[in-house]
This record gives sequence, structure tokens and C-alpha cells, in this order.
Amino acid sequence: MIAFWVISIVMVASAVATVTAKKPVYSVVALLLNFAALAALYITLSAEFLAVMQIIVYSGAILMLFLFVIALLSSGVSSFNVGPDRMPKAAIPAALVIAIALGFVVYGLSNASIATPAAPSGSALGPVGSADVFGSVSDFGKALFTTHLLPFEITALILMVAVVGVVLLAGDKTPFVGTRERAREVRREMREAILREGGVQ
Amino acid sequence: MSALPVSLASYIGLSAVMFFVGVAGVVLRRNPLVMLMSIELMFNAANIVFVAFARAWMHNAGHIFAFLVITVAAAEAAIGLAIVVAVFRSAKNVDVDEVALLKG
Repeated sequence: MIAFWVISIVMVASAVATVTAKKPVYSVVALLLNFAALAALYITLSAEFLAVMQIIVYSGAILMLFLFVIALLSSGVSSFNVGPDRMPKAAIPAALVIAIALGFVVYGLSNASIATPAAPSGSALGPVGSADVFGSVSDFGKALFTTHLLPFEITALILMVAVVGVVLLAGDKTPFVGTRERAREVRREMREAILREGGVQ
Repeated sequence: MSALPVSLASYIGLSAVMFFVGVAGVVLRRNPLVMLMSIELMFNAANIVFVAFARAWMHNAGHIFAFLVITVAAAEAAIGLAIVVAVFRSAKNVDVDEVALLKG
């Protein structure tokens, strides 16, 4: 119970820091803290495999991708300037809309009775880290590869579409030539350039 | 079926707060990288609810769905960052209000 409140305070604070940070690198660091706290929250909910997944995929892969892009965009002659934010004009209306939306959520939560179904499907609850308990790798894997096999296959399709899209959007636009042919071409260009300059001084 | 550490409504409230912080980031910030990070915040807010309900119902379909959300978030981040890089290459800045090529 104390763990939940500590984690949620850390998560909300780091989420706000992510959104309000001046430089994108600081946003990435705050988001890293948020993801670590979220992994801890998954542990308290006995979803240990998802906690590990969160650290590996989000903190390890996605945030590194963000850092690489920030480093790439900042390394040119002109550092990327994005101008002032829309904060001054839109902060008050946005805060109002968010407060109203959160008010709806709190109102709905205070009135709703959240039903719990009678048929649990996963394994029994147990200490985090032991085999075959709810949320462990074996429990997760059994569900993923038997009951939910089709969504898992669709995941593969989604990732392939992402890879093809990234190569199409950000890849090299020059037409493909065989490396040997290209190397010969480069050598000829260099030789001609040297001849034009009148030889190496 | 043992009880949750705190009530289910607390998890939904935490998720709602994080989701609206993400919405504020997308609406208010002009840096596309921070906007993408705010979208990640919203994905994670959804994941909190999936995992909390999975734990409350002792049903691991929520875990599977959170896994799918993580996959979609990874694909979305990769494609979004590729778009940012492509726009930066052609326009030399990444202000989302300046990128208006598709405007009629």
C-alpha cells in the first residue's frame, strides 16, 4: 500500500517533468524514471514478466532510440530550434479541460461498482520470482502461445511493417548498386580528380 | 483470489492522471520528440489499467494485451522518430507548426 503511493507520486512527478522539461534530453531522463517506477508497480501487481519487459523494451530500446535521434538532430551545424511552446496561450484552457476530464473520472469512480468475474484463468498467486505463479514467464508464455497465438503472430506483422516503414522513411535514397561496381566507380572518380588537380603535390 | 494492495479505483486514478499529463504534453508542446514521449506516457497509462485489472481478476489476458501495447508503442516510436528525422533532413527544423506541406 505504501509502495503504491510512493510509486504513484514518483510516476506523476516524472510524467510532469517529462512534459515540462526544457530540453528533450531531460525529458528522456524523466521518462526513464517514470518507466522504472512503472516496472516497480508491475512487480507489486505480480506481473514480473511485464516488469522485465518494460525495462528491456522501453528503457533499453525505445528510450535509447529517442536519445540517438536527439543526438543526431543536435549534431548538425544548426542545433534544432523548435521555438517557444504553446504553453503561454494554451496553458489555462488546457488545464481547465484536464481538470474537467479528471473530474469526470473521479465522479465515475466514486459511483461505479467495479465487478469482479468469478472465473480466474491464470495460475495461482505466489511470491514473485518463483515458477508457475501468476504473471511468471511460464504462466505468461502458456497464455501467449496457446490462447492468444493469433495476436502474437499479428505482433510480428506489426514489427515487420514498422521496420519496412522506417527504412522507407529514413533510409538511404540512393539507388542500390553492387559494392564492387560502386567501389570501382569511386576509385575512378578519385583518379580523375587527382588528374584534374595536376597530380599530388 | 487475494485482494489488491490498494483499491482498483486507485490504479484507474493513477492511470487517468498519467494519461492526461500525456495529453497535455501532446497538446501544449511543440517539440515532436516531446510529443512522442507524451504518447508513450499515454500508452503506459493504458498498460497500468490492463495489468491492474489482470491482477484483480487473476486473468492473464490483461498481461497479453499490455504486451501487445508495448509492441505497438515500439513500432510507433520507431516510425515517429523516422518521420522526425526525414522532416528534419528536408526542412532543417522540427517545429511541428512549420511542417505544413500537406496543407491545401
